[in-house]
Amino acid sequence: MAAITDSWATRGRPGWIVILFWGLLAALPLAGLFTNDPSFDYYMFMGQAMLINAIAILGLNLLIGFNGQISLGHSAFFAVGAYTAAILMNFAGFPYWTTLPIAAVICFGAGFLFGFPALKLEGHYLALATFTLAIAVPQLLKYKLIAPWTGGVGGLILDKPDPPEVLKLSPDQYLYYLCLVVAMLAFWIVRNMLRGRSGRAMMAIRDHAMAAATMGINTARYKTVTFGISAGITGVAGALSGITVAYVAPDSFTLQLAVSFLVGLVVGGIASLPGCIVGGAFIVLIQNSSQSISDWMKVTFSLRYDVPAWAIYGVLLILLMYFMPRGIMGGIETLWLRVTNRKEASS
Amino acid sequence: MEFFIQQLVAGLTSGAIYACVALGLVMIFVSTDHINFAQGEMAMFATYLAWAMIDAGVPFWLAFILTIVIAFAGGLFIQRVILKPLEAAPVLSLVVCFIALLSFFNALAGMIWSFTIKQFPSPFPPRDVFGNGLVSIQQIGVVAVTLIMLGILTVFFRYTTLGLAMRAAAQNPASARLMGVRVSWMLALGWGLAAAIGAVAGMLVAPIVFLDPNMMTGILVYGFASALVGGIGNPMGAVAGGFIVGVLENLVGSYVIGNELKLTFALAVVVGVLLLKPAGIFGRVIVRRV
Amino acid sequence: MAAILDVKGLSAWYGQIRALYEVDLSIEQGGVTALLGANGAGKTTTLRAICNVVRRSGATFFDGKDIARLATEDIVRLGIGQVPEGRGTFTGLTVEENLRLAFHTRKDRAAAYRDMDLVFELFPRLKERVRQQAGTLSGGEQQMLAIGRALMLAPRLMLLDEPSFGLAPLVVQEIFRILRRINEEGKVSMLIVEQNAAMALELADHVYLLETGRVVTSGPSEIVRNDETLRRAYLGY
Repeated sequence: MAAITDSWATRGRPGWIVILFWGLLAALPLAGLFTNDPSFDYYMFMGQAMLINAIAILGLNLLIGFNGQISLGHSAFFAVGAYTAAILMNFAGFPYWTTLPIAAVICFGAGFLFGFPALKLEGHYLALATFTLAIAVPQLLKYKLIAPWTGGVGGLILDKPDPPEVLKLSPDQYLYYLCLVVAMLAFWIVRNMLRGRSGRAMMAIRDHAMAAATMGINTARYKTVTFGISAGITGVAGALSGITVAYVAPDSFTLQLAVSFLVGLVVGGIASLPGCIVGGAFIVLIQNSSQSISDWMKVTFSLRYDVPAWAIYGVLLILLMYFMPRGIMGGIETLWLRVTNRKEASS
Repeated sequence: MEFFIQQLVAGLTSGAIYACVALGLVMIFVSTDHINFAQGEMAMFATYLAWAMIDAGVPFWLAFILTIVIAFAGGLFIQRVILKPLEAAPVLSLVVCFIALLSFFNALAGMIWSFTIKQFPSPFPPRDVFGNGLVSIQQIGVVAVTLIMLGILTVFFRYTTLGLAMRAAAQNPASARLMGVRVSWMLALGWGLAAAIGAVAGMLVAPIVFLDPNMMTGILVYGFASALVGGIGNPMGAVAGGFIVGVLENLVGSYVIGNELKLTFALAVVVGVLLLKPAGIFGRVIVRRV
Repeated sequence: MAAILDVKGLSAWYGQIRALYEVDLSIEQGGVTALLGANGAGKTTTLRAICNVVRRSGATFFDGKDIARLATEDIVRLGIGQVPEGRGTFTGLTVEENLRLAFHTRKDRAAAYRDMDLVFELFPRLKERVRQQAGTLSGGEQQMLAIGRALMLAPRLMLLDEPSFGLAPLVVQEIFRILRRINEEGKVSMLIVEQNAAMALELADHVYLLETGRVVTSGPSEIVRNDETLRRAYLGY
């Protein structure tokens, strides 16, 4: 991955694009004022899912894209975050918003601990260990000794939080804003971290671990802490997911979830911050429209069978690896930077 | 005591299946250093092909052989068409590619044959061997097929020049090329063998666990554990690892943690071996130049 | 005499870095040609470029046949045996397996067995260690094994990359004596890259001098041997 020497995340860039982008996202619920579409709340719910996925992918991208550690097991940290929120709300009566920072801390801890074994593992081996983690977690969540807290196979049902009355928002509009604020915070933190000393250290480790170590970077500490932060961010996304869906169950946190994060990451862009949002939106769109995509493909290619989303993911991933190994936003960034670098060089 | 022996035999039986999966993983690992996450799904898909043939009236052993041949060709095809262009790609691209294959085969099987479970016929009668409920012919058959396969592979690698060329290509590709060995075809051959071995594993396990698209997920994890225990570059070790893990799984499952945490046990084995003895019990430590 | 290998305008690159500039070489049938020069002059690269192991351009003719676009495996199968830099030992295989690897490409089994006997006759030490893992051999033995492996291909041309590298003087002398025998009795043409210029000049009848990827001079080896300025400037003795 040494090819990724540069990215928007580490550069100064016209800030107005960012402001405009987040402003646009913030204005979206206001469209509800002008429409009577009965499914508007459902669109808001999709928006929440997109933002949540974007946050989860942000966590994963920090680890894979910026630190070069491959994880196929981030569904596990997402699950820990979701269950943290659910258990605290259901059994300890915590207000929903307090569970977010707690989920962040617990998942940071879990990720940090898993980061220790990860230190000794590289490339394929780390992928293998995290793959196993992803497969083991649903079964672990069903385990009878912890079932009183996790709800076992059935999972836990939560109360959807009510919006404060002064805001005059529907619950789904309100939760959308909650997700948006958390997402902005997460992206802001990651962006600042990447532009600082620790970000440079992370990327140096990704590009050449031994060279980084000889420059005096404590690679072990950076890798474990990055694993922790990555898991923490994905865990917050998990907690948000628990709160917005108002339900957690072991079979929502399978390997397929981890793979869908990976799909979002690769489609959006490896080592690209805007790519996380593109990827998050992408996987929600595909999952929601898989039936219509399947119908369309059946007609167009006169197939006898339904085409599941996972077949599409599979083909798409392989095509991307051939033609755009850094994903959509990654590819655009590379082009953009090449153009601007040329400008800088000529001026 | 009787219960203990039953568990031991059951462990050896599932161990034989893990050994097959591990053997398939090793075939690919020794030649390319890649861990094929799609190994399980490829095996599952081949098993469906066998099921479709048997369902259409093809005799079991003929379907068995045909499936192995088709799987071999399929593995060859995957390496030549999908993976060869990525030979110089970073690890992440390859991992993504394997995950893509995993998703694709899983979805394709569900698409064609649906996600409802199917009964897969067993070539071996479930009858007792000794009439005391300890060992069934089915169990002996599974272990025997695994050992026969190991024997064939050993002969192939040790006594044929093609097997020798494959080993040479895996050890020192640059030097093998200078001896006229078509290295990239040797990798494809490795994939073909892996797919064929996987198909055997799938057809052995399907009568026991029923056939469905997610049949191999858990077994693959045990295959990983077995390959790691035996040292992932070592075919004999992989088979031994399979039996060790199979027996341990059953004994630990029955006496210590119960059957509900079997996958967690596999996770512990994988992480434990990677941390404490990355070269496996039988593997040699490989010093890597930077 | 006709040329067995004709190289015209050979250039080679490692990534963006160019290592060879339009090298012309001609190796005579049955002769021994030495390729000399300092570290980094491009000697090893030339051997690699002939066998298409690196990115290269230019024309290569082996026995009048254009081999510029063939894959390494196919070039080797035509009868060019390369003894690579670092000896290319298959450390996990036995000595016998290292040699038997050539059976994979050879149709003439009987002749191949005769060649194996010849290798054991040339290098009795390999015969003593026939079942041993090749990785446990000494440096000199591994060098012998590398030459033996190349011989197993029944080559008409051998490309040798520093056969003296890292070996004791006595072993070097033994190896060069055997190379001479292979050349004279087996009628194998040779292109030999060497740091040990004195040794190579003794064996070779023709010499090319390389500097920073270009041929600076070439001619019969006596000329270089007798030209002190040339020796001082390029060979350091």
